[in-house]
Amino acid sequence: MNEKKEPLLRAEDITITFGGLMALNHVNLEIYPGEIMAIIGPNGAGKTTLLNIINGFYKADKGRIFFEGKELDKKMKPNRIAALGIARTFQNLALFRGMPTLGNIMIGRTMKMHSNIFSQALYWRMSEKEEIEHREAVEYIIDFLQIENIRKTPASMLPYGLQKRVELARALVAEPKLLLLDEPMAGMNLEEKEDIARFVLDANEELGYTIALIEHDMGVVMDICDRMVVLDFGNKIAEGTPDEIKSNPKVIKAYLGTAGG
Amino acid sequence: MEKRLMTFPQILVENAKSYGDRKTAIREKDYGIWQSYTWKDYLEQVRDFALGLASLGFKRDDRMAIIGDNRPQLYWGLAACQCLGGIPVPLYQDAIHKELHYILDHSECRFALAEDQEQTDKLMGLKKEVPRLEYVIYDDPRGLKKYRYDWLIAFTDVQEMGRKFAKENPNYFMDEVNKGQVDDLSIIVYTSGTTGNPKGVMLTHRNIVTTGKNAIEMEGLREDEEVMAYLPMAWIGDHIFSYCETFVAGFTVNCPEDTSTVMHDMREVGPTYLFAPPRIWENILTQVMIKMEDAARIKQKMFHFFLNVASRVEKLRMAHNPVPLGQKILYQLGKFLVYGPLVDNLGMRDVRIAYTAGEAIGPEIFEFFRSLGINLKQVYGMTESSAVVSIQKDGDIDPETVGTPLPELDIEISDMGEVMYKSPGVFQGYYKNPEATKETLEDGWVHSGDAGYLTKHGHLKIIDRAKDVSRLTDGTMFAPKYIENKLKFCPFIKEAVAHGKDMDFVATFIDIDYGAVGNWAERRHIAYTSYTDLAQKPEVYELIYNEINRVNKSLSQDEQLKGAQIRRFLLLHKELNPDDGEITRTRKVRRKFVAEKYANLIDALYTGKDSVDVEATFTYEDGRSTTMRANLKIRDAETF
Repeated sequence: MNEKKEPLLRAEDITITFGGLMALNHVNLEIYPGEIMAIIGPNGAGKTTLLNIINGFYKADKGRIFFEGKELDKKMKPNRIAALGIARTFQNLALFRGMPTLGNIMIGRTMKMHSNIFSQALYWRMSEKEEIEHREAVEYIIDFLQIENIRKTPASMLPYGLQKRVELARALVAEPKLLLLDEPMAGMNLEEKEDIARFVLDANEELGYTIALIEHDMGVVMDICDRMVVLDFGNKIAEGTPDEIKSNPKVIKAYLGTAGG
Repeated sequence: MEKRLMTFPQILVENAKSYGDRKTAIREKDYGIWQSYTWKDYLEQVRDFALGLASLGFKRDDRMAIIGDNRPQLYWGLAACQCLGGIPVPLYQDAIHKELHYILDHSECRFALAEDQEQTDKLMGLKKEVPRLEYVIYDDPRGLKKYRYDWLIAFTDVQEMGRKFAKENPNYFMDEVNKGQVDDLSIIVYTSGTTGNPKGVMLTHRNIVTTGKNAIEMEGLREDEEVMAYLPMAWIGDHIFSYCETFVAGFTVNCPEDTSTVMHDMREVGPTYLFAPPRIWENILTQVMIKMEDAARIKQKMFHFFLNVASRVEKLRMAHNPVPLGQKILYQLGKFLVYGPLVDNLGMRDVRIAYTAGEAIGPEIFEFFRSLGINLKQVYGMTESSAVVSIQKDGDIDPETVGTPLPELDIEISDMGEVMYKSPGVFQGYYKNPEATKETLEDGWVHSGDAGYLTKHGHLKIIDRAKDVSRLTDGTMFAPKYIENKLKFCPFIKEAVAHGKDMDFVATFIDIDYGAVGNWAERRHIAYTSYTDLAQKPEVYELIYNEINRVNKSLSQDEQLKGAQIRRFLLLHKELNPDDGEITRTRKVRRKFVAEKYANLIDALYTGKDSVDVEATFTYEDGRSTTMRANLKIRDAETF
């Protein structure tokens, strides 16, 4: 269904080596608008590396990335790439620990603020209007992720599952064109996982976000994503719908264990 | 002054006329901001929705199920249904499939109004099994975008249909409202019975409006009250306080942002009129006590010192004895240093009247709040009486009783010691259940099922459920709930079940409060892995042992109940849970069920063993299940 569309993001022939280790080996990847795409693979397969290259933390040795049809300059800094509309969350939490939920989420709006620090300090005209506008966007996401009760709680006081949710909220308020989630469900119990899965689905269906996510829990991933890419030792070994992936012998060997077990 | 008795829709039309845009009828916190709706808005919202229902073919006498948290839209839906002569059937939002199936089927609902995706999903699952259900209307569209069925409609879309319908039928709404009679059924409330299937209590506009009016008169409620709507809409209490009384008195209802933010929202609103079942008062007390344990030592000292002062003063005040000057000054100081800030912190600074209802409250819990200066009063009532039978009057409070009867209500005590009453609020019978009606309703008199008597001051005293009061083998009176409530005052005890009927002595099961005891254990560096593990720690047994002795001491002071002290106890390996059928959704213990399920534990309590093995099967959400074995210790308590 997506095949005819122009991809939102296209990575071509991405190769990167760390010392002698080839982390990614000529990997091609397309993410189409409106889909949830999952990148899976065993530990060290290069999933996070791939995300890091897309949002500019690492520079690929070879290969090109196109976003909305335009090639991304190799020298582009991560903040410039974020400004283009690519937001992400991290495998390890990256919240401001002493800051309340509200402030942490508000930071996601930084890219969209236009008034300067002086007019903000005076809270005058533009700034006031802007603040209200941003707060509205933040409140919408707070409602969306059902975290009203922790609005004023400092991040460090929150349990792990909720911190992950705040991080997701911060990525969502940036209203990105492409949302990259690095293991949003890592370390969660089943109930927390189901909650996050629900929110990811809703973000896709209700808010129309295009999402690429890395995840270990195959059960959850298979249920929510439209398409999957499987990496193994830096090579893309398969790509397709969850059903196709489930029956792909290469994948079964590399990731899911021996067929028929 | 005496106005013609009207139906709810007629009162709404009147309120919209007299208050118009001047007065807020309902508020809701949404996206972090309180959104207000005036009486005029209220009527408009209700009218649009009602006409939308009409265009979908809603007829007089049609039933509409309403399920979800307290949202203005659900109250509007309830009113809209009544405008068309329909009968709303509110349901508990945490009801499970089986319960919902029974009620939807039994009440023959054609329409259902659901709050959100969670509730809609439940109804969707039921639609095939309950073919009478034609339309499901939802309020919050989140997560429902992909659901495309012609019988699933958004609340706002129904209102849009209503506005169209109004153009073609401009008089339809008022015609329907005027057709309503005060003796028409206004609602069917299903009671979460402790035995058998729920029963549908049929109440008319007259029943509820008269009861509300009488309560307002008795309590002097004004149109500037602020009340929080946070208890289940399916509970008759909420229907009276957040719907009936707000209509009749014209005051403002506040819907919290979310169930988890109630306490915070309450601080923002500052309600003047507050109601909560004992469970919630208990919870607040537990929270306060836990927080105090975390406070600096000097604050703790101050807190406990002034709490003692308050307790002494309150005892004198309730007994109508003069308070010595020294105590008075100390109390004022305490008010400045402790009670005032604490009450403010709880969001109860502006509370003029606070109720506890639904179940008996532990005397210690009751006294705690009153001593802080909160005008907490007990209300006694049941669904069958349109919620209220008696209320403790200001200045005439006996903590052992539930107050004086409502105006126009007569009380008699049957030969068996059972409380019976008759009033304009008395229900019309159980829906499609004449046998149960016959058992309960006799010539307009309702058998309450509670054992009690009228004191010489005309106060009603309830002892226990009539069928629960029994005797030990030596003839001592045994009132289980009385003992359990005393136990539950302890912040570490969440639930207790007392046994003793036809036994030689009283023995109890205790359910520890996982949060409170967990906190306590952490502070003492006691490591634990699970509820079961924590409950069986010797230190925890010691903790509860001391609490039981405290209860025994207080029981020993009552001549009648002296012989019914707790001799033996054990801590359960799991929390009693409505999903397992051990307590009802309103958290009443289902004694018979518990006695059967845990027969071996009871046996061990009475055969002198010092421990007992128990096996429990847990089913996880993914369908796997494990069996857990535990060895529960049994301890003797001290008696006095």
